[in-house]
Amino acid sequence: MAVSVIRPLHVRRPEKERQRRVSQHPAIELVGIDKSFGTVHANKNINLKVEKGTIHGIIGENGAGKSTLMSILYGFYQADRGEIRIDGKPLTIRDSQAAIAAGIGMVHQHFMLVENFTVLENIMLGAEGGQLLAKGVAGARKELKRLETDYGLDVDPDAVIEDLPVGKQQRVEILKALYRSADILILDEPTGVLTPAEADHLFKVLKVLRDQGKTVILITHKLREIMAITDDVSVMRRGEMVATRKTAETTVEELAELMVGRRVLLRVEKGEPRPGKVLMSVKNLTVKDSRGVTMVDDVSFEVREGEIVGIAGVAGNGQSELLEAIAGIRKPASGEILLDGQPIAGADPARLRALGLAHIPEDRHHMGLVLKFEEYENAVLGYHRDPRYGKGGLLDLKAIRAEAAEKIEKYDIRPPNPRLKTANFSGGNQQKIVVAREIERDPKALIIGQPTRGVDIGAIEFIHRRIVEMRDAGKAILVVSVELDEIRSLSDRILVMFAGKVVGEKTAEAGEQTLGLMMAGIAA
Amino acid sequence: MDYFDILVSILGSTIRLSIPLLFTALAGLFSERAGIFDIGLEGKMLAAAFASACLAYVTGNPWLGLLGGIAVSIIFSLIHGFASITNRGNQIVSGVALNFVAAGLTIVLGQAWFSQGGRTPQLAGDARFSPITLPGVDLMRDVPYLGPLYVNVISGNNILTYLAFAAVPLSWWVLFRTRFGLRLRAVGENPGAVDTAGISVTFLRYRAVIVAGFLCGFSGAYLSIAQSAAFIKDMSAGKGYIALAALIFAKWKPVPVMFACLLFGFLDAFANFMQGKAVPGIGEVPVQIFQALPYVLTCILLAGFIGIAHPPKAGGVPYTKER
Ligand SMILES: Nc1ncnc2c1ncn2[C@@H]1O[C@H](COP(=O)(O)OP(=O)(O)OP(=O)(O)O)[C@@H](O)[C@H]1O
Ligand SMILES: [Mg+2]
Repeated sequence: MAVSVIRPLHVRRPEKERQRRVSQHPAIELVGIDKSFGTVHANKNINLKVEKGTIHGIIGENGAGKSTLMSILYGFYQADRGEIRIDGKPLTIRDSQAAIAAGIGMVHQHFMLVENFTVLENIMLGAEGGQLLAKGVAGARKELKRLETDYGLDVDPDAVIEDLPVGKQQRVEILKALYRSADILILDEPTGVLTPAEADHLFKVLKVLRDQGKTVILITHKLREIMAITDDVSVMRRGEMVATRKTAETTVEELAELMVGRRVLLRVEKGEPRPGKVLMSVKNLTVKDSRGVTMVDDVSFEVREGEIVGIAGVAGNGQSELLEAIAGIRKPASGEILLDGQPIAGADPARLRALGLAHIPEDRHHMGLVLKFEEYENAVLGYHRDPRYGKGGLLDLKAIRAEAAEKIEKYDIRPPNPRLKTANFSGGNQQKIVVAREIERDPKALIIGQPTRGVDIGAIEFIHRRIVEMRDAGKAILVVSVELDEIRSLSDRILVMFAGKVVGEKTAEAGEQTLGLMMAGIAA
Repeated sequence: MDYFDILVSILGSTIRLSIPLLFTALAGLFSERAGIFDIGLEGKMLAAAFASACLAYVTGNPWLGLLGGIAVSIIFSLIHGFASITNRGNQIVSGVALNFVAAGLTIVLGQAWFSQGGRTPQLAGDARFSPITLPGVDLMRDVPYLGPLYVNVISGNNILTYLAFAAVPLSWWVLFRTRFGLRLRAVGENPGAVDTAGISVTFLRYRAVIVAGFLCGFSGAYLSIAQSAAFIKDMSAGKGYIALAALIFAKWKPVPVMFACLLFGFLDAFANFMQGKAVPGIGEVPVQIFQALPYVLTCILLAGFIGIAHPPKAGGVPYTKER
């Protein structure tokens, strides 16, 4: 993975720069911001100051209100109460246009791109430079070229968004903001979808922006990133701003505690594995994607009872297709999958569930949940034919809701309301709904994709602990994650996938470096 | 009649029958590309046909008739917009309701005003759009093949026909070469992207449905004051739905829309021609079989022969920020 070189920057607007240093006002000041969505009080009387030319981190559990607060600053939502001051001047930000005019740019947690448009069209949208597109295009290309050389943010302007990997899509989002000459850049969980190398590059870009005098707000769940590049960090908890610290004067442990409100274990605690008989085995499996490209290429491995096998790899190297094939979502082109001795390749998910294979899918929005359903409905989704939940085609709603309430209690899902629409839970809590559903069925084998993507540290600790408990109870567990840390701390054995093949097996003790190289296809 | 004459005559009526489809499908193109499904094209066309006929009759001027048609059609669009954009109602329900309103209202008002069983009075010659003879017709008349085509197919249509064909490249240009078009296509795919780019989703979508109303005004006027010389109840006869099918068939692209409309027009013309004629080797075939052809074709094509037709992604979904 080549990381492009970032050229040093010539100061482009010396006049403005100097004025900026003179003025003592913070770049952003939020005073008493309050926001509710129906009964959910997302932001409670928030005060925040962000100094100019700094990188300011914001952390907090899922659903703490981080995205909401930033969306208010960007004019996407309207605060119910409170004041926003930019450069010391009070400003009403009625819509995103006002925010852009005030020099604010935002990269949303869920990208705001038109997928069948080209990169150039996406960047120009809303800043076309005239009624006719032809007028603006040449200028836009030139400006993109400049941004590319200045920041090393290269993308092909004529590529169509849906053909680009997520990392590049995010680049387009950043370019959109820079193209509108944003002085304040908000990034909402930008590294959740990035490979480590891409994340490193992003941080270099952010540091360059800061050194240019721009202000950056960075939301992330990864405390390591906070420690590495922020100057200040603010912590949110349940809609409130609970603390702001100088990054240099705080520690990961303190931040974790501030976030969750109790001490958190940052490492997975687990004993020695006691592997039993082979429960799941994959033999010479080949899987193609919908275009006929081979994504999984002659892969074989086994998972025993009582062990966790982790699959490491940069996103897009066939892990997703492997999971889907095992879970019965995608038909393998050839090869065998055995569960407890029974061939299951090509079996449908309902049968797999009956055989005791549970699946926590990578993408909870597209596969794990129906967001429009109420929580209790999702809590039984896929198992709704079970006689426990009703007979003769009718559902026993009372039983289902009672069980949902139990799981909510046990997994600390917030808010604890089985009648709430699932879309209204934050990402981490949605993930807990899926995890609870699959684990509580007490399956023989469990396959998990990205167990903690976009999930806060408190919930990560919880989910990891549950997975280890499952292992200790003698289940066979297969975990796929793009987070190398997660793979290393959870797995008893690690398989590395590159370009559709398993290129090597290591134990959990293998160093990050070794695994990183294998993931890049360098050393096998 | 030799085969060439037959072909020329069928092509001539193909053009005439395609025009209302073309205006209407282009109307649907603007609306649906902006993410607003418009099942109400049918009703807008019908209401516009009625309004045009009334105004042309009262004023004796086809242009005022056209203007009246456009105005009424835009009013229908605004109602659809108010229901589905401002109030985030279901777009299909709103469209169907407007179709019923148009079907009922035109008959009731027509009867109340003119007492001719829902018809409007016959228009005098200069109160409607009459055929235009293009220059060079006399010169071309005797040229073999090209001559009859020019004289009977290309020349001799009314002004709205030429406007319809001009509207195709114009629509393409607006959609793909202007800022408005870029934003319009974007809002049909991902309104969130438009909103966060600092553009009002509501205003943009309203403008799109107004354009749709504008174009439907032309198709309505064409029906009642160009093709015919009066409004007859239910004269749109499902053309709004056929236009929607053409739009899907053309995958929401302007130039293919034109060809799709011509194809449907041709099938219609062919059915008319076959009326009462014997098919060689089979004998006389009930005309209904030919009349059913466009619909059968629609089903077959939509069932997969055109590949997957991806509608605009945000189509039919009201834009809300609250989840
Ligand atoms: N558009 C919306 N409509 C209704 N409720 C919402 C909406 N956006 C957020 N919420 C609710 O407001 C609360 C705060 O959500 P927010 O997305 O700001 O959290 P967050 O801190 O960004 O969480 P995460 O780390 O999961 O992204 C949550 O309970 C969420 O369900
Ligand atoms: Mg968020």
